[in-house]
Amino acid sequence: MTHNLSTPTSEEAVRKLKVSDQVLISGVVFTGRDAVHKYLHEGGTLPDGVNLDGGILYHCGPVVLKDDSGEWQVTAAGPTTSIREEPYQGDIIKQFGIRVVIGKGGMADKTLAACQEHGAVYLHAIGGAAQVLAECITQVRNVHMLEEFGSPEAIWEFEVRDFPAVVTMDSHGGSLHKVIQAQSGDALAKRR
Amino acid sequence: MSRLTESLIELIRRTSAEIPGDVQSAILRGLEQEKEGTIAKSALEIIERNIELAKRKSQPICQDTGSILFYVDCPVDLNQVEFEQEARGAVKEATRLGYLRQNSVDSITGKNDGTNLGPGSPNLHFHQHASGDIAVRLVLKGGGCENVGTQFSLPNTPLKANRDLDGCRKVILETVHQAQGKGCGPGVLGVCIGGDRASGYEFSKREFLRKLDDLNPDPKLDELEQDILKTANELGIGPMGFGGKTTLLGVKIAAANRVPASYFVSVSYMCWAFRRNGATLAGNGEITDWLY
Ligand code: SF4
Repeated sequence: MTHNLSTPTSEEAVRKLKVSDQVLISGVVFTGRDAVHKYLHEGGTLPDGVNLDGGILYHCGPVVLKDDSGEWQVTAAGPTTSIREEPYQGDIIKQFGIRVVIGKGGMADKTLAACQEHGAVYLHAIGGAAQVLAECITQVRNVHMLEEFGSPEAIWEFEVRDFPAVVTMDSHGGSLHKVIQAQSGDALAKRR
Repeated sequence: MSRLTESLIELIRRTSAEIPGDVQSAILRGLEQEKEGTIAKSALEIIERNIELAKRKSQPICQDTGSILFYVDCPVDLNQVEFEQEARGAVKEATRLGYLRQNSVDSITGKNDGTNLGPGSPNLHFHQHASGDIAVRLVLKGGGCENVGTQFSLPNTPLKANRDLDGCRKVILETVHQAQGKGCGPGVLGVCIGGDRASGYEFSKREFLRKLDDLNPDPKLDELEQDILKTANELGIGPMGFGGKTTLLGVKIAAANRVPASYFVSVSYMCWAFRRNGATLAGNGEITDWLY
């Protein structure tokens, strides 16, 4: 089943999503990876203009270059491995009101519990699909904390259209990662 | 800029932006196998579109352009010191041109000087041969998939893996299960049975130079490769770990002698964004032929 999701995202819209649903995202997406998570978890405040309430946080360190006319151009924007943010993610979801986290590789129990409690989902983007995903970014709206964190770690504010991803952790306690891990473990046990 | 530097930049560009034909065929076979309407199918469709787009735009297939591994077969009179300098120059320029991401970090200071040059980067392996040709192969090895590689020391009691080919099979399949989708599968395994801890991994990576459709000349290893490929694809892990039939695209296994006390099995995992290419060069550095 394919859903269209736009920002800001309501709890109701997110609660409708189930594991294995496909999603096309349109609207505003903020990037954040290791430096941002650590900073926010240690009590850092969001810079002016960044509102994550009902928002989407994308685990991504994009390659963004300024063209000759001084405009930002995204040349690659695939997801990075999410599990590194596991110690922080659950708290950050609740504190800032995030409804959607996008990344790759899945996350673990603390994040899954926060998704269930607060009403949020984890979406898996296609790892390595840097070009396809960059094409879905229609505009670089802004960049925050570029000086503090450097380009890959900064908070980029992207406008996206029909950005494809798959629900692998929903707000009802479902995790595709757990299911596949268990099923493939059983299948392997039979073939050992 | 010298002819050789130009040729090496072109090799880097091609490797980063164009997936080799044997790998693309394997991805297409996977795409045909997956059921219509599944997330596995749609993941492979996006991957296929990404491959086309990167080639058309001459931009990196994946933003992680990986560790830079050169394998150089050269005549005895090649000046390796000079060659290495040219290769470093080519890497720096290819990075400036955006064929490679600024991807190399000083492990102690955490600094990234944006050149991709430093201890171990790029990594060059020279091998002299009797022919007068220079053959340069390049592998760009992503980090996410590198993180799911494993090295087992047999016997391994929890896995009931003894020092024999069946024990090897068990630990290799265990690696596939542990990796799930985290290495951006469907992946390719490069394996070495034997060696020491360093040479084991080194030989396992060298297996990525083989084409996916070649056959192992050793019938026992050939059988093991086919068996692991088939079994892994029955586990239902699928592209990105979404479930499905395409978990691995290939398995390549080498053997190296070991000391009687050790029995290592080293497994390197390569993501679907399998970037490998190679060229033969004339004495003046000009590319005479492509190897893949
Ligand atoms: S594992 Fe491969 S495809 Fe995935 S992000 Fe790393 S280099 Fe890219």
